[in-house]
Amino acid sequence: MHYAILCYHSEEVVTAWTKEQNEEVMGRLEKVRQRIAKEGKLGPVARLLPTTAATTLRKDRDPPLILDGPFAETKEQFLGFYIVDVADLDEALGIARELGEANPGGAFEVRPLAVYYPAGV
Amino acid sequence: MAEIAWIHAALTSARPQAISALLRYFRDLDIAEEAYQEACLRALRTWPQNGPPRDPAAWLIFVGRNVALDQVRRQKKQEALPDEDRLSDLGDAESEVAEQLDGGHYRDDILRLLFICCHPDLPATQQVALALRIVSGLSVKQIARAFLVGESAMEQRITRAKARVAAANVPFETPGPVERAERLAAVAAMLYLVFNEGYSASGAESDRRRPFSEEAIRLTRLLLRLFQTEPEIMGLLALMLLQHARAAARLDADGQIVLLDDQNRKLWDRELIAEGLALVDKAMRHRRPGPYQIQAAIAGVHSRAPRADETDWAQIDILYATLEHIQPSPVITLNRAVAIAKLRGPEAALVIVEPLEQQLSGYFYFFGFKGWLLMQLGRDREARTTFDRAIALAGSASEAAHIRQHIDRLMRESGQVAAG
Repeated sequence: MHYAILCYHSEEVVTAWTKEQNEEVMGRLEKVRQRIAKEGKLGPVARLLPTTAATTLRKDRDPPLILDGPFAETKEQFLGFYIVDVADLDEALGIARELGEANPGGAFEVRPLAVYYPAGV
Repeated sequence: MAEIAWIHAALTSARPQAISALLRYFRDLDIAEEAYQEACLRALRTWPQNGPPRDPAAWLIFVGRNVALDQVRRQKKQEALPDEDRLSDLGDAESEVAEQLDGGHYRDDILRLLFICCHPDLPATQQVALALRIVSGLSVKQIARAFLVGESAMEQRITRAKARVAAANVPFETPGPVERAERLAAVAAMLYLVFNEGYSASGAESDRRRPFSEEAIRLTRLLLRLFQTEPEIMGLLALMLLQHARAAARLDADGQIVLLDDQNRKLWDRELIAEGLALVDKAMRHRRPGPYQIQAAIAGVHSRAPRADETDWAQIDILYATLEHIQPSPVITLNRAVAIAKLRGPEAALVIVEPLEQQLSGYFYFFGFKGWLLMQLGRDREARTTFDRAIALAGSASEAAHIRQHIDRLMRESGQVAAG
């Protein structure tokens, strides 16, 4: 079963991290990531640029409306994701918990995938 | 655990919003700052036990306001403070009150807080010092060290700047659209000053001033989050990110400046460049070009070139011509001449550079570049006198050293000719 682990955190807090703090977190996440990858359970991983770099296309009208900024204004922002291939929800939550220990604060939404095209086709 | 570091990051990120809301509430910068400080002390006591609140800014605004109100009351009635437990267990009340204090106003509040640091009577360095002290919360000691002055001298300067700002009486009413645009432009210019105080430093200064550039980027990101559709703010952030991306390649081991052409581009920060280029793209869609956007686009052209000799100088020429058109200045024309020199050779560039001499007679880079053009054309004697004028105007040892290299080369070559 494929799950997406969607990462939410306060962008303001994350961008206030010092370089050292950022490297510390990235170093710890790297270890967890490598272990999961070695077990063949890791799919694509992405860290997104800040929401100020985002553009939103509202397609509920014709022609679509293009807006600056993220889709939703929230206290915590969508900052990245992991795709994992695991047996069940418990295993997905286990990985999320481990990633959470490496990167405290904010929240992970663990969500099963309905369709998955790893190579895009 | 390293928990204190994480709490520190949360406090730092909440500071502009918390101080600006407290400022609107108390209408006094000193009270707002003290209230925020007190709230931070309480946060450091209670957050490690109870965990950080979901909305740190709301918590700080709520606690800061209560603390300051209590102090006012205590001064009146000598009443006791409420005990710590009541404060640490705020529950939902905190966000409700903070919402009332804050709701919908935070955008103009933060803009106002930044704007009061831009008072036109304050010299540029004082605007920068004030913003770093009030908005970013850097210590007086840190700011004083970066500006190479004593702590008490800097303290005095900041106190005087604050008094000036208070006397200016920036209105607390919600600004109209024209006023808001004016404030935004003043704040953008001030943030770019903060950035440049960090970015332009070299030698031993560069380490002490590095946080300035990072602070400026953080505050500009905040400003863009509040004003998501402003292309010039996108341009400003992009410009900062694209310049800051080169930080690791800009100085050599001795802290001397390495010119763009000679930088090791592998040391450029690809993530910052990606963000900068994305913002330039976003800004261009608005078709409302401005100086920051164009400068960012120029920085973007450099960032896209894998090697210096693959730079798209034709594009840079067009961009400088546009910048010249909307913001005529001899310095911009001089920069355009650099692109012309690359595209059409030193002769063509010299034709553009020569008429600028009177306006730029005190400008180091003018003589540095003109000397270089003359040297390329083999007019060594004129190059030599032009370089001498550059050295006389050099602002730092590294600038002078750079010109000295050219002169040495001229001397060597003329020596060889004489020997041969």
